[in-house]
Order: sequence, then structure tokens, then C-alpha cells
Amino acid sequence: MFISKIAGLAFAAGALTAVSVQAQEVNVYNSRHYNTDRVIYETFTKSTGIKVNIIEGNHDELIQRLKSEGASSPADLFITVDAGRLAAAAKEGLLAPVTSPALEAVKVPANLRDPDGAWWGLSSRARIIVYALDRVKPGAITTYEDLAKPEWKHRVLTRSGTHPYSLALTASMIEAKGDEATEEWVKGLVANLARPPQGGDTDQIKAVAVGEGDVALANTYYVGKLITSAKQEDREVAAKIGVVFPNQSDRGTHVNLSGAGVVKTAPHPENARKLLEYLLSPEAQRQFADGNMEYPVNPAVAPHPELTKLGSFKPAAVNAAAFAAHTPQAMRIMDRAGWK
Amino acid sequence: MAMATDATSPGSPAVSVRRLWSRIGPTGLLAVILALAIALPILAVFVQSAGVSTDLWSHMARTVLPGYIVNTLVLLGIVGVVTLVTGVACAWTVTMHDFRGRGVLQWLLLLPLAMPAYVLAYTYTDFLQFAGPLQSALRAAFGWRRGDYWFPEIHTAWGAGLVLSSVLYPYVYVLTRAAFLEQSVCVLEAGRTLGCTAFGAFRRVALPLARPALVAGVGYALMETLADFGAVRYFGIDTFTVGIYRTWFALGDPAAAAQLASVLLLVVLALVALERLSRGRMRFHQTTSRYRALPAPRLSPGGTVVAWIVCLTPVLFGFLLPAAILIRMILRGGTELTLARFTDLTVNTFILGAAGALLVVGIALLVIHGVRHDRSGLAGGAAKLASLGYATPGTVIAVGILIAAGLMRDWAGWPVGAILGTTIAGILYGYLIRFFVVAYGPLESGFAKIGPNLEGAARSLGHTPWQVLRRVHLPLLRPSLLSAAMLVFVDITKELPATMILRPFNVDTLAIEAFRMASTERLDDAALPALVIVLVGLLPVIYLSRSIAAARPGHRG
Repeated sequence: MFISKIAGLAFAAGALTAVSVQAQEVNVYNSRHYNTDRVIYETFTKSTGIKVNIIEGNHDELIQRLKSEGASSPADLFITVDAGRLAAAAKEGLLAPVTSPALEAVKVPANLRDPDGAWWGLSSRARIIVYALDRVKPGAITTYEDLAKPEWKHRVLTRSGTHPYSLALTASMIEAKGDEATEEWVKGLVANLARPPQGGDTDQIKAVAVGEGDVALANTYYVGKLITSAKQEDREVAAKIGVVFPNQSDRGTHVNLSGAGVVKTAPHPENARKLLEYLLSPEAQRQFADGNMEYPVNPAVAPHPELTKLGSFKPAAVNAAAFAAHTPQAMRIMDRAGWK
Repeated sequence: MAMATDATSPGSPAVSVRRLWSRIGPTGLLAVILALAIALPILAVFVQSAGVSTDLWSHMARTVLPGYIVNTLVLLGIVGVVTLVTGVACAWTVTMHDFRGRGVLQWLLLLPLAMPAYVLAYTYTDFLQFAGPLQSALRAAFGWRRGDYWFPEIHTAWGAGLVLSSVLYPYVYVLTRAAFLEQSVCVLEAGRTLGCTAFGAFRRVALPLARPALVAGVGYALMETLADFGAVRYFGIDTFTVGIYRTWFALGDPAAAAQLASVLLLVVLALVALERLSRGRMRFHQTTSRYRALPAPRLSPGGTVVAWIVCLTPVLFGFLLPAAILIRMILRGGTELTLARFTDLTVNTFILGAAGALLVVGIALLVIHGVRHDRSGLAGGAAKLASLGYATPGTVIAVGILIAAGLMRDWAGWPVGAILGTTIAGILYGYLIRFFVVAYGPLESGFAKIGPNLEGAARSLGHTPWQVLRRVHLPLLRPSLLSAAMLVFVDITKELPATMILRPFNVDTLAIEAFRMASTERLDDAALPALVIVLVGLLPVIYLSRSIAAARPGHRG
């Protein structure tokens, strides 16, 4: 009796949610959680008639799901907030190189895509230093390395070292300066912390504004969102802080890259390519820029005016895949140095 | 020598198989199979842990491992003591005393059950941190700056422990209250006639008799604490479970992560075994079936105030305050949630909760029925193994399922992708593993109270075990079944990590929506779905409260 009820309910629920078996669809595994992305998919469906089915999740878990499903996986396109994970998936043979005249015509910078097209960058965010306008002179801090200098003792704020943004920054430091120098840097940074790492990027920015610390690491799009927020108190926070694009005189500012790759076993590879082309098109890139305050990878699309006001900057030229390989080493260094 | 005894032992393999079969029987075998199916993905994690990376272990032992262990133990200690004291004090107050407002408090005390721990974590950390509204208001009012004043730091093991306790104490409260209600008044009166004071009867009779309920309640709270990742993350407390995530995703070593998970599970198994051992041959049946309404002395006005303070404090911290903060966030933030999407989220949450509750309770009933008729001990052992899911982080379960599913694809050619992509089978399996013991526990104690006499009588009148289950046990177990189903339903509405990774395309729940908003640092927008999770969970919680009160023999029923 119980069993039949369960089976009935499970079936009903399954039927409610089942993906219709038709060719005009594309299945996306997605680790981006932004509401503003929905507009992009809806517009794509309207103009092409291709329905976009989505599962959102953590990129590592989605990779595990892809592996377990193997050839029977329904996934067509894999989108992540961290291109390093795409590079890892490509290395494991989960992604198929894809290119087309339309994709090449976008002229995505070489460090923001895989040379063979196994993955393509979509948008980037710069890891910047935020400082308190009333307590820090402009020019007092210009590099990530400065954060470890003794003069910043008890003044630095960061989020958890386990977060992908922190890991990626440390990994990029390993790529640029090697293991030993990076370990010294992390130790110096930890010694300078105003409080144990906690909260998200927005929390760091707010903490600088209210004086819990004087400088903090944050991503550009969180700053942009505070500046353009509908809430008075958010704009007040934004008015109290200044931003620095670090390392302009040497390797450039570290950027976190979001990207996408077509799954090797995709049941709808053509639709996946079409969606990828659309994601790089000026229309979708404008939505990444204006809706979510990210830097578009398409050079023909300008960032949001408020981001442009923060200043133009030189991003680090190294390919995202290069420092992704350093992530485990970065975690070990941070464990030893105590960046929790 | 061992060879010699084997050779002279009476049984050939065929005989011992037959003897095992006679001991275990078809119902026992079914229970073993079901319980092993539940344990399978957890076992897959053990298998995954085969590859040894000694280098990584020595790195962790030198750096983060001591912290994981200490933090986990401190957190368990705080949660254990606070939930035990709070749960028992509140259960005793509302069950054994009569005072104005008692009826309201009885169900108010259950409300925190509906509050997801991770929601509480982000509301409190956001509200109480240095840049949060409370400290900002204090600084503005008194002109303070950083370092001018002392304020308790929320990002500590104490902060995390108290916040977790304030949503986990209801497990102790529910089970202890049910235990108090089910105690025959005769044993309490016997205690009183032998010279116990009211408190003495509580300490020396009621409390020891309620021991299985206390242990089960605190056990639930501790297992939830061990499995928690969502909440401790907001407090910045690196527990064992955080360590598993770190090792897996940041250090990129699934084998070492699985080893950590295995250690965690072994500790849980050891604790369970220890409790069983210390309980020894004690049994907790009621010896008489003479029940009547418990004699609850009417409290004086002063006593009533104390009773209100005792019972309202946990409700305040576990429900009223966070709900008020959530409402404040909603009023501040507004929302982009359209009505269509909102309906979709709520309906999905309901369907998953209802389907999951039916499945989990149904399977738990089959397993416990088998365990009761199995004389080999195999079914009981398998059920213990299946209970581990509750202490296992949802992500570990989900990935365990994915690993097991991958094996089924390789060996049996299962279209795993199609099953996961289009049906909710994967999620339901995840819920079954994670919440099996939530249903099994209440059913187990329900059966324990029925005692063996009724079954003996029914069997002697010619009923088969299945007929006994249907015609004797099921009607008597109805309250336990309902409690179990409600608890599982509420747990599922709050569940996040397994739902997230095992769901089919385009299926979002309220918990997922709240997570999406919180993870993109839009806490104000996360508040509405979070509050609706609480509201969805509230209905069964209130029902649960009524059914407990009504379930007492001797009370109006």
C-alpha cells in the first residue's frame, strides 16, 4: 500500500518535472547562481526556440555528477564561476573542443579561453583592494604584496581562505612568485588580519566602511552592486571606500574568470554551441556587464559605466588554467600559514 | 586448533545457511537488503577512501587536523549539554505542571524545528557582527568606535554551538515530552509513596525511564551537528565536516576526504555502540497499562513566571528573534521573486517533502518489522549501518550516490543520466539515506512501548507476522508513524546539499532559492524563501504537537 503510494507520487512528481524528449532543448550544468542570468536564457529561447534546462550546483559536485553519468549524461553545456574548474574538467576529458566562425569572431583574449576551445571565458571580475577613504591615503597600497607589510598590522580584512576566490589569488601568487615567497606573503597577510576571516566579499567592504579594518580584498562586482544599489545604506557604504587595482606596474590585477565548455557526451552538441555563441554575443555580454556588474570577455562590449569610473586596469595576462593547477599547493600553504 | 573445531562442528555450509535462514526469515532478509541498500552509498565512500595519501595526512596532522578535532568536540559538547538541559527542562515544565499559557508554550517550543540551521546562522551572523545593524546602532548611539566596547563575538564555537542548539533542542524536547507523557502514572506514584519529593520522582524515576528518549534526542542533535556544513561555515568554525569539504575540493584529494568521512562515521558508530553497551540489559516497557491524565500541580503566579521564562527563552532565540530579523530583511529588501516562480518553489518543496516522508517512513517500517523478527542479529546490524546517514554531510551522501550510480552504470548498464536528469528518484534516495533514522527512531521507540505481550497473543491466535503488523502494530503505531513522517517532512523542506546535486533539470526548492541568494551575497533576498521554508515546516510541526498530546493513553484521544 505504502509502496504504491510512493511510486505514484514519485511518478507524478517525475512527470511534472520531466524534461520533454525533444531535440529543441539544451541541458546546462551551471555553477553560476545569478538571477540576472535568467534573462539571458529566456532571450535565447525566444530567438531560437531552444528550451534551456538548468541544474545549478557546486562545480566540483557537478563534475562528479558528469563522471557518474558517463555517456548517459544529459548535460550539453557546463558553465562555472571558476574557469580553473573548467580546465580541470577538460583535463579529465569531460569537455569537447568547440569552435566556429562566430566564436572566433568574438576575439576573446587568449588568456581567457582554452587554445583548442575546450572552454571559453564568459565574464571576469577583478580581485581588488578596497580601502577606507578617511584612514588610508591613495597610493599607500598598490599591490597584493603590500597587504603583508608590517604597516598594515591589524588592519587587513579577508574572507575565508577556503573560498575559491582566496584560493585562486594564492594560486596566482604561486604562479608569479613561487612557493616560498607565497608562503611568506600568506604569513604576513595572516599576521596583519584585523579579525579572523569571516563573511563574504560584501561583508569585508562593509567592515571597512564602519572601521573594523582599513583595507580588504573584494571582487569588483560586489563594489559595483553597492554603488548601484537601490538601498541608501549600501550607497553610503560605497561612498566611504576607495578601490585599488593591484599590481598595475608589474604583472597586473588578478581576475576570476567565469566560463563555459561543451560536454563531450552532449546529446545536443549543436544547441550547446549555439548557446555558447549566444553567451559570447554582444547582447548576452551586455547582460553580464549591466545585470551582474562583471567585465565582459567580448572586447566589443564595454563594462558598466560605474565600473569604468573605478578606472581601467591591466589584468594579469596569465591563463586561468595555468594557476588552477596550483590550487592544492595553495591550500597547503594557507593551511601552514593559518589563513583559515 | 581453529581448524579442528571447524572440522568437528556439526554443520556443513549448507546446514549453516539453512540455520541462518531459519533465524533470519523472509522479513529479516528484506530488512537486511533494504538497510544495505541505504548504506550502500555510505559504503561507497569507504571504498573511495582506499587510495592512501600519507603525505597529505602528515600535512593535515601538522596543520589543520587538531583544529578540526578540537572544534568538533567543543561544538558537540556545547550542543549536547545545551540541548539536553533545555529540552528536558522545557519538557518537564510543560508536561508535569499546570499553568496559564501551558498549551501555547507546548507548541511554541516546537517552532524552532522548522527553522533551518543555516538560515539561523546567516541571520545571526549578519545581525550581530561588527558591521551588522545591532553593533552599528550601538556605535551610533554612544559614539563608540572599534575597541571602545566589548561585544560577544558571534564567529566563535560558542556562537555556533548556541545557535545550533537553539534549533536542535526540540529533538530532545519532543522525544522527552513524549516519554514523560507515556510513563504510567503508577510508577511516578509508586516513587512518591516511597518518599520521593516531586523533584525526586523526576530525578529518580521519570528521568531514568525516559533515558532512551533523552539519548535519542541528544543523539539526533549531535548527528545533525556533525553533518552540518551550511551553518558552521557562516561562523568560520572549521569542524571535521568543513575539513572534509576542504580536503575534497580545495586540496583536490577525494580519497583523503573520504578517509576523513570514514573516521567521522566510525566515531559515530562507536558512540552508538557505547550507548547500547552502557544501557546493558535495562528495558523500558511499562509494566502496567493503567494510565490516566498526569497529575499536574497548578503553579503559583511566581512559578508561572519562572515556567514562562524557562520555556520562552529557547523559543525566543530559536524562532521569534530570527523570524523578526528575517521579516526586517524582507521589508528592507523587497524581492524579485515572481508569484509564478514562488508557487513553483513552494509546490516542489511540498512534493519532495511528502514523497520523501512517505518513502522514508514506509521503508523504515519494513526494516524495523524485519529487525523484530530476525534472530540472527544481521538485520539489526544493517539498520545501525543505515542510521549513519544522519551524521553524514548531505554532500558526502550525494556524491556517494553518484559514485554508486556510476558503478551501476558500468556493471549493469543503468541509464544513470536519464534517471537523475528526469526523475526525482535520485533525490528521494538521498533523503532515504540521510533521514532514515529520523523515521526509524520514533518507530523503534513506538514498538518498544507496545512490548512483546500483544504480539505473542496475536501470534498464538494464528496471525502471521505480517498480519500482526497490519492488524495490531499499525493501529497502535499510528501516532509514531505520523510523528516520524512529520519529522522527515520538516527535515526535507530544510535539506539543501543533496537536493541541490541530485535533482532533475529545472527543479528548484525554497531551500535552493534561499541558498542561491545567500551565496551571491543577497541576504535580504534570501529572507523571503527562508521564511517560507519555516512556514511550510510549521504546519506539520503544529500537527506534530497536537498528535503528541493526543497520543497519550488516558488522555482524550
